[in-house]
Amino acid sequence: MNASGPPVLEAEGISKVYEGQSVVDEVSVGLARGEVKAIIGPSGSGKSTLLRCLALLEIPDGGRIRLEGEPIGETHHRLSFARERELARDRANIGMVFQRFNLFPHLRAEDNVLVGLTTVRKLPRDEAQERARQMLQRVGLAERSHAFPSELSGGQQQRVAIARALVMEPKVLLFDEPTSALDPELVREVLDVIEELAASGMTMIVVTHELEFARGIANEMLMMDEGSVVERADPSTFFTSPEHSRTRQFLDHME
Amino acid sequence: MTFDSGLYWDALTSSEFLHGAFLTITLALASQAAATILGFLLALMRNSRGFPLRAASGVYVWIFRAIPTLLWLLLIWNALPQLIPALTEEWFTPFIAGFIGLSLAEAAYMAEIFRSALLSVDPEQRLAAKALGMTPFQSMRKIVLPQVIRIAIPPSGNELITMLKFTSLTSVISLQELLTVAQQNIAATFRYAEFYAAAATYYLVIVSVLMVGQMQLERRYEWRTRVRRWGLPRVRTEGAG
Repeated sequence: MNASGPPVLEAEGISKVYEGQSVVDEVSVGLARGEVKAIIGPSGSGKSTLLRCLALLEIPDGGRIRLEGEPIGETHHRLSFARERELARDRANIGMVFQRFNLFPHLRAEDNVLVGLTTVRKLPRDEAQERARQMLQRVGLAERSHAFPSELSGGQQQRVAIARALVMEPKVLLFDEPTSALDPELVREVLDVIEELAASGMTMIVVTHELEFARGIANEMLMMDEGSVVERADPSTFFTSPEHSRTRQFLDHME
Repeated sequence: MTFDSGLYWDALTSSEFLHGAFLTITLALASQAAATILGFLLALMRNSRGFPLRAASGVYVWIFRAIPTLLWLLLIWNALPQLIPALTEEWFTPFIAGFIGLSLAEAAYMAEIFRSALLSVDPEQRLAAKALGMTPFQSMRKIVLPQVIRIAIPPSGNELITMLKFTSLTSVISLQELLTVAQQNIAATFRYAEFYAAAATYYLVIVSVLMVGQMQLERRYEWRTRVRRWGLPRVRTEGAG
């Protein structure tokens, strides 16, 4: 899990404005291969929007994103379908796990995982199926591969969602509060999977309220407030002697 | 005069009535299919960002819902050939006129069904499809459409049944469907009850079949593992000896 080498993801001065309101204000974040960063902060601080900008689900109003040195999300096509095509190609290289899982309800677990491979990567179905099964095995759900999402617990659904993102072999995986919608007793099984990913060298950004977990996996902690990163530090410094008063307040509040 | 059940039975099994029923079913299915496709496109236009598309779709729905279907059929069959000489030619049959009128009018209703179905799919579904790298078209086809269909099945089934009965309107443009057949027989024999009853029986049977079809379709879109309905569900017994 040691970070090294040139940055996999490099975002500079990302800004996003909604209806005149600045939601993300010139945030920069970079990730070396295998690096894990955790973002915490109160709700409405722009964490999710930042993540969506990095995943190109929102187009930033300012700033620049590079994936393995290549600029992404910049498109000069005037026609929206050509633009969408180009963005789609870039999005496939960035994995995203949502707070509310967003599994496709009409597809069985296995098909949820393989639909990206067959549709986007154009893999033949049997090969996609093979990879989907391996991925479900990795998140501990080989037994449930034929279940529909409505037949799975929240924790299981989120693990399928992680497998769905992972099977695309993304260069970086983004988690948007992956355990916030879960019953407390189901949180651990999801965190276990994410910890295993971190240990295996996956490059990740995790937005979370699980402080202990964040401390355990992150190489760097970021505290966001009102659209800006107010503090960034290695976990032990971050938790023991935060510099910014907002961070201290937030950490005290979370205890 | 009493009900002549022999006459009723003869009417029911006559090739004339069978042919009428065949025309009724064909016209209803063809019109509903065309209306479904057109209605879906209208709904996409209605939900699109471009104002001209939205407006065009809105105007279409407004006009076709406002004017009675019967009047549409008369307009298309009687008035249109007056304006367009090509429509006086032989290919322009009552069936074609009926098909055009019924599908255009029905498309307005299907558009509304699809519009609300499209709106009721969780927007995060598209977001998840997008995040996987799907293009808008792929996301529509693989992710949104199946969910739209599920929501649209019950109201569309209703529409198909209504459509089946609306085909009887084409009797005014002399299409030889069920009601026309019944009326022609009545004109020749003055036996109302028997021939109306024969037509009603056909409608009843056809609608019943359609209802069963709809139930099957709804079941297919339940998206849960089906437990075998007869006998006990199979239980895994691995490791039990």
